[in-house]
Amino acid sequence: MPERGWTYRGVLALLLALAAALPFAAQALDSPASIGIATQMACFAIAAASLNLILGHGGLVSFGHAAYFGLGGYAVGILWEHFRLGEPIFGLIPGSNELLVTLPTAMLVSGLAAAAIGALSLRTSGVQFIMITLAFAQMVFFLFVGLKQYGGDDGLSVRRHNLVPGLDLRDPAQLYWLCLGILAVWLFLLHRIIGSRFGRVLEGVRQNERRMAALGVSTYPYKLVAFVISGVGCGIAGALMANYLRYVSPEMMSWQRSGDIMVMVILGGMGTMLGPVLGAVALVGLEYTLGGLTEHWPFFLGPILLLVVLFLRGGLMGLFGVRRGSG
Amino acid sequence: MKRRSLLAASAAALAAGRLATPAFAQGAPLKVGLITTLSGPGGYLGEDIRDAFLLAVEMEGGKLGGQAVQVMVEDDGFRPGQGKSVAERFLRNERIKLFTGIVFSNILGTVAPDVLDADGIYVSPNASPSNFAGRECHRNFYSIAWQNDSLHESAGELANKLGYRRMFILAPNYQAGRDALTGFKRLFKGQVVQEVYTRLDQTDYAAELAQIRAAAPDAVFQFHPGGLGIGFMRQYAQAGLMANVPQCVAAPSMDSTTLRAVGDAAEGVNLSSHWNSDFDNPASRRFVDAFRTKYNRLPTYYGQQGFDTALAIAAALRQTNGSVDPATFRTAMLKADFQSTRGKFRFGPNQHPIQDWYALKVERVGGQLALVTKGKVLEDHGDAYAAQCRL
Amino acid sequence: MSTLVAEQLLNGVQLGVMLFLLAAGLTLVFGIMGVINLAHGSLYMIGAFAAAAAARATGSWGLALLAGLAAAGVVGMAIELLVLRRLYARDHLDQVLATFGLILFFNQGIVMLFGRQPLFMQVPPWLGGSVEILPGVPYPAYRLLIIAVGLAVAVGLYLLIQHTRIGMLVRAGATHREMVRALGVDIRLLYTLVFGLGALLAGLAGLMAGPVYNVSVGMGEQILILTFVVVVIGGIGSIRGALFGALLVGITDTLLRGFVPGLLRSALPPDQADALGASLSSMGVYLLMAVVLLVKPRGLFPAHA
Repeated sequence: MPERGWTYRGVLALLLALAAALPFAAQALDSPASIGIATQMACFAIAAASLNLILGHGGLVSFGHAAYFGLGGYAVGILWEHFRLGEPIFGLIPGSNELLVTLPTAMLVSGLAAAAIGALSLRTSGVQFIMITLAFAQMVFFLFVGLKQYGGDDGLSVRRHNLVPGLDLRDPAQLYWLCLGILAVWLFLLHRIIGSRFGRVLEGVRQNERRMAALGVSTYPYKLVAFVISGVGCGIAGALMANYLRYVSPEMMSWQRSGDIMVMVILGGMGTMLGPVLGAVALVGLEYTLGGLTEHWPFFLGPILLLVVLFLRGGLMGLFGVRRGSG
Repeated sequence: MKRRSLLAASAAALAAGRLATPAFAQGAPLKVGLITTLSGPGGYLGEDIRDAFLLAVEMEGGKLGGQAVQVMVEDDGFRPGQGKSVAERFLRNERIKLFTGIVFSNILGTVAPDVLDADGIYVSPNASPSNFAGRECHRNFYSIAWQNDSLHESAGELANKLGYRRMFILAPNYQAGRDALTGFKRLFKGQVVQEVYTRLDQTDYAAELAQIRAAAPDAVFQFHPGGLGIGFMRQYAQAGLMANVPQCVAAPSMDSTTLRAVGDAAEGVNLSSHWNSDFDNPASRRFVDAFRTKYNRLPTYYGQQGFDTALAIAAALRQTNGSVDPATFRTAMLKADFQSTRGKFRFGPNQHPIQDWYALKVERVGGQLALVTKGKVLEDHGDAYAAQCRL
Repeated sequence: MSTLVAEQLLNGVQLGVMLFLLAAGLTLVFGIMGVINLAHGSLYMIGAFAAAAAARATGSWGLALLAGLAAAGVVGMAIELLVLRRLYARDHLDQVLATFGLILFFNQGIVMLFGRQPLFMQVPPWLGGSVEILPGVPYPAYRLLIIAVGLAVAVGLYLLIQHTRIGMLVRAGATHREMVRALGVDIRLLYTLVFGLGALLAGLAGLMAGPVYNVSVGMGEQILILTFVVVVIGGIGSIRGALFGALLVGITDTLLRGFVPGLLRSALPPDQADALGASLSSMGVYLLMAVVLLVKPRGLFPAHA
């Protein structure tokens, strides 16, 4: 099943329709809490798809993307805190509880952070790149642990959902549709980016960076822009997650969370469009389902991941015959 | 698509097994959601809370206050997101109204707002951060343990009583750690010679121990709960500091598990607590005996809090005839009409405990080290945030 | 003050030595096989648990030592034979996912075997005391032993790698992996042995850590990240780099914790100084790594010269 053509588009449309119908199914099956799980899946899918842009397509393994996820969340949390207290940030920027303000702020903040961190980190490559992205993420993590004003390690509670014109995010189904819609739009944008000349250069960087340089392409700006885009995506995911959880804490930016996002991408299938989504659905779903069955759920989850690696080349998407570059 | 956890099923089976007829014979049992931390280094704290809560249910033959209950236990994995998903499933799929179990404040931060907004009831067996005691106190939030700060306030008063004038204080650099030092300083009247923040992920304390030696204080107050505390205490003793600089700590830094792990080195540590396993009252003796018989270990105070939580809920349910309608439940709950294992217990205006605090010391009893109760530190002590709470 | 500095330096060396034991194995596996082994921390945990359990069951320190080393070594080789061997030719990230799965498995397996209560392990009585290293500064004898063992291992590894045939292959493998394979060396056996050696050292670190830190589930991940930092700072595949990196990280971390809050206190109000100092000292090691990598992207002592 190549990642193009009418059949493929038909399958995508069907999947989206099924996903959109989930809240009704959940009500009918008397399992309304499934909507919340699906919302988490959608948020992580956005983050994983964003990481996939640099990891799957650019070969840049960032072990620090939870930092942007967390910054996105904190943008919502901090704006809410100042809105609640009625005190502007630094006496200048007023707080807000409007998603149309908080979401762009989250994108801006995480994008700026990704630009600064990416600009430095991209001077290295390979394992060193993995570790330097981790290092910066850890610094951001400890910064927020030390921010007593915003709850430090205990995090910030966002008591009320953000407001969106025409939607009521207190309704779990509407929050879910919002996340699903943003996921769909974001996947489409990423798809367009990957299909463009920009995407081909990025693919070239992954396959053979020296050749790209020899062709006279200066790869650094391409890598940096891709890094920033993926940081922005994680920021969006974090902002939505903060709305779902109504809570942000430094835990969102811990290295374990970075690992989770990375695992979702690899589990689902790197360099494919739906792989990261599938990975997010699978990981969140497995944790939730196994957690409901036994308190020793990690004992079973671990070997499942191992089996996927050993027997499915190209992650879960390999099951459907979709692998990196098969499109 | 109803999912029942194996744990809940086994708890129900266990309860049903003790009755001649299945619990379901008297109408559907009341479901209680117990969300706690069973994974990671803090897992043993959640385990004690869970075991003690289930023990209380078992001792009443699968009931609490005459009402058959089904306790659904689930692990939050020490992750706020996971705690939230479990809470959501309990609230919306299982339609549970009554929640308890959480160990850590950050999990409470995601679970409690959802429970309270859905008109549910949360009875806290442990985590009680300042916001739920003060500004954001809630009619349906009850703390059975203590408000976090009062643990450390009592240690500050204990330091006064022991005549320590110059204290070196340290705690990990996170909210509960900073609250601990604030709480300690609130009642301590002497001089704090140095205040040090350690790291939450730190395992080696040699650098801090060297600073303590250099500062030569009268005593040290430190707050390192769970696994952190074991490492700290051991290294403190290995560095030869225990003989020269005594410790005066709060209960979380020296529970019975920590004591077992630290061993001989812990002899002489002073601490303050609201309960100890040697308390000589019928409720406490009954609890400690039953816990030891069933689980073959001494309960920590986390276990005691889990047990008292079950007793408090039972007392309320007895008066409401099993109803968990928040208003009726609240009237009944606030009477606190149960025999607490700690002796005196009543709720303050913010629905947090007003209780006595005791001085404990690690001493040798019949060749074995044990926590020995030495006397009262504070009487009828509430918390510093009650004034901010408007209920 | 100067005795405090000396004591803190010694503390830094001791932390560095522990990190070295873990980093040595990790850097070899990294450099020679190109495998990112997240489960290295699990071997450290397994060594600690096996030793603590053996000490509790038998009361013998010798048996505890043997049990810790054997458990870590055997589990390590089993991981290599059953899992990693199949993944050498695959993407690094497949190895990351596989070893991530192993972490979950081992952590929960330990919970199922030993329960959630942390295990306790005492320092052998003859090492329980302290030695006066400087007038008025007693230092725990057990920590001095850790330093001695760590330095002995460093010397041993140096001799092994510089003066034996296996060492020659290891050196060759780290720099010219394909070449060694082409020369017809039984690379598979070499890999298993190197992995086993790394596991043994991790187990040694774990069992020595038991009496000082605490033996609990998840102890491996706490130290794993710091170990990776050491490996990268030192230069991947380099034992010498691992030693210097470990000492650098250990000393930096200890000195920052020991002195930064104090220095800040002279400039800022105490509570701000303490909170800021704690944050800064937490970030210090990562800042060090970022700076090293920006100046020397391949680490201080890169093996692939």
